[in-house]
Amino acid sequence: MSEEKKITVREQKMKKNHMKAKLLFLTALAVILLLIAIFAEYLCPYDPYAQNLLEAQQPPSMAHPLGTDRYGRDMLSRVIIGSTTSIYATLLLVAIITVTGTAIGIICGWCGGKADTILMRISDVFLAFPGLVFALAVAGVLGGGVQNAIIALGAISWPKFARLARGLTLAQKDSSYLMAARLSGSSTPKLLVKHILPNIAGPILVTSVLDIGTMMMELAGLSFLGLGVKPPMAEWGSMISDGRVMLQTAPWMVLAPGGAIFVTVMIFNLLGDTLRDYMDPKQRYR
Amino acid sequence: MGKYIIKRLLHLIPILIGITFLSFAMMRLAGGDAVTYMYENAGTAVSQEVIDAAKAEYGLDKPFLVQYANWFGGMLRGDMGESYVSHKDVFETFVSKLPATLLLTLSSILLTVAIAIPLGILSAIKHNKWVDYLIRFFSFIGNSMPNFFAALVLMYIFSIRLRWLPVITTENKAMSLILPTLTLTLSMASKYTRQVRAAVLEELNKDYVAGARARGVRGKVIIWKSVMKSSMLTIITLLALSIGSLLGGTTIVENIFMWDGVGKMAVDAINMRDYPIIQAYVAWMAIIYVVVNLITDIIYHYLDPRVRLGGEGA
Repeated sequence: MSEEKKITVREQKMKKNHMKAKLLFLTALAVILLLIAIFAEYLCPYDPYAQNLLEAQQPPSMAHPLGTDRYGRDMLSRVIIGSTTSIYATLLLVAIITVTGTAIGIICGWCGGKADTILMRISDVFLAFPGLVFALAVAGVLGGGVQNAIIALGAISWPKFARLARGLTLAQKDSSYLMAARLSGSSTPKLLVKHILPNIAGPILVTSVLDIGTMMMELAGLSFLGLGVKPPMAEWGSMISDGRVMLQTAPWMVLAPGGAIFVTVMIFNLLGDTLRDYMDPKQRYR
Repeated sequence: MGKYIIKRLLHLIPILIGITFLSFAMMRLAGGDAVTYMYENAGTAVSQEVIDAAKAEYGLDKPFLVQYANWFGGMLRGDMGESYVSHKDVFETFVSKLPATLLLTLSSILLTVAIAIPLGILSAIKHNKWVDYLIRFFSFIGNSMPNFFAALVLMYIFSIRLRWLPVITTENKAMSLILPTLTLTLSMASKYTRQVRAAVLEELNKDYVAGARARGVRGKVIIWKSVMKSSMLTIITLLALSIGSLLGGTTIVENIFMWDGVGKMAVDAINMRDYPIIQAYVAWMAIIYVVVNLITDIIYHYLDPRVRLGGEGA
């Protein structure tokens, strides 16, 4: 606290502007990633699924900047086309858990009582499974596939948002603006959606952006174990798994998709961190 | 204090029931045709009567809740049925694989502590100096790297290029332990360094530090005598909480390095639809996790002077 007093208003403004620029830059990078994922099919230099055994396992060259895999498929094209699955599955997953978790959390915080107790006990149970354990089991039971991997990870991840939204709702519940809104005749759904939601959206947004990286790694992890996306569909996790047996002779088969995940996760993590600092420099939500 | 422990233990009961029920229900919903699958695995075509008889043998013909009660009762006695594939006792299999996972967890935690605590403290003390930036940079990289990718990169460097270490687990346990431990430590130390840094920074910003400075206490003395003492509690708690999640997080690494622990066992079981094994894995990992976290919480409450000396729970 003592250090903050020394910072002048001018310095604070400069810092804020600097952070704004950083935020814009990172948002732009994230948007570029999304655009690549949307227009993936038009960006691929080769057909990502076309096999050409004559050109199998070629190291990176001018013709194939990231080399080719064991069926002679162009790695660059596969990494690009893989971005669609990896990025959209992750965003879908994060969107689902954010919306479900927040909705449940707001209802719990607002209604209290029995519904709150029961829902929170249920979320306790889901929080009791460490890491990928439960997701592994769900994916194993339902079988492979993107949807099942999303269900598996969604099942263990919503409680985090439910708890966050519940806590924030409880903090807002007794504020005077809500009283005013209620006195002027707002219905309960309107109170929840129009008044509480916008007031708690900040921390939830930050948490969900910060979650994108983790979710992407876990989704890729499931695919890597053969419990997510199935080959021949291109996805970064399953591509790494595919290249794993060739590690000795064709390391680029692991490095290309691995590098893609790494860079993507890093961009989203940086974006999340910056967003958090920008929205509230003093508080740490975690 | 005693009241607090009892409250927490009572709180644990519904969670344990929830965990076991969920593990059981999920496998049962999926495992309806497990018997059929078992025979398919064996490569024999059998009649419906044989299948029904086998279902009766495993108790699969009884109502759902009865099955759950039987299973739960068995679990308390350490009897979780036998594997569909190897026909060995499930609980024994789980217990025999657990030490390997515990060893891997323990070695990763120790290495994490050895790396993260000094780096985190250094980073906090040199706040916004180049050392801090460097440490933050590396911890950020470690945080953004999926562990299976990190594992393969390490494997490529140390096993394939330099040939220092075995690619997969061999007879030489000590050498085989190095790469899986490094992989797990990489991401954990990165995360933990940041947490240690945050904890120490928070403490450094408190008024008593400024007070001590104003009274002319030397910087080193403040840091080692006061700041470390009060931030250690947070640091240790965070570490204990990560033990549990690490137990569940070894799965992928165990599979890559063929480390014969429960994580590898679980994935093998999933691939062969060996439901009793998956069930035991899911239920027991969750129970271990919950119990470790509970013990951590209780110790935290016991160690925190604010709580111990009669204040309301912090």
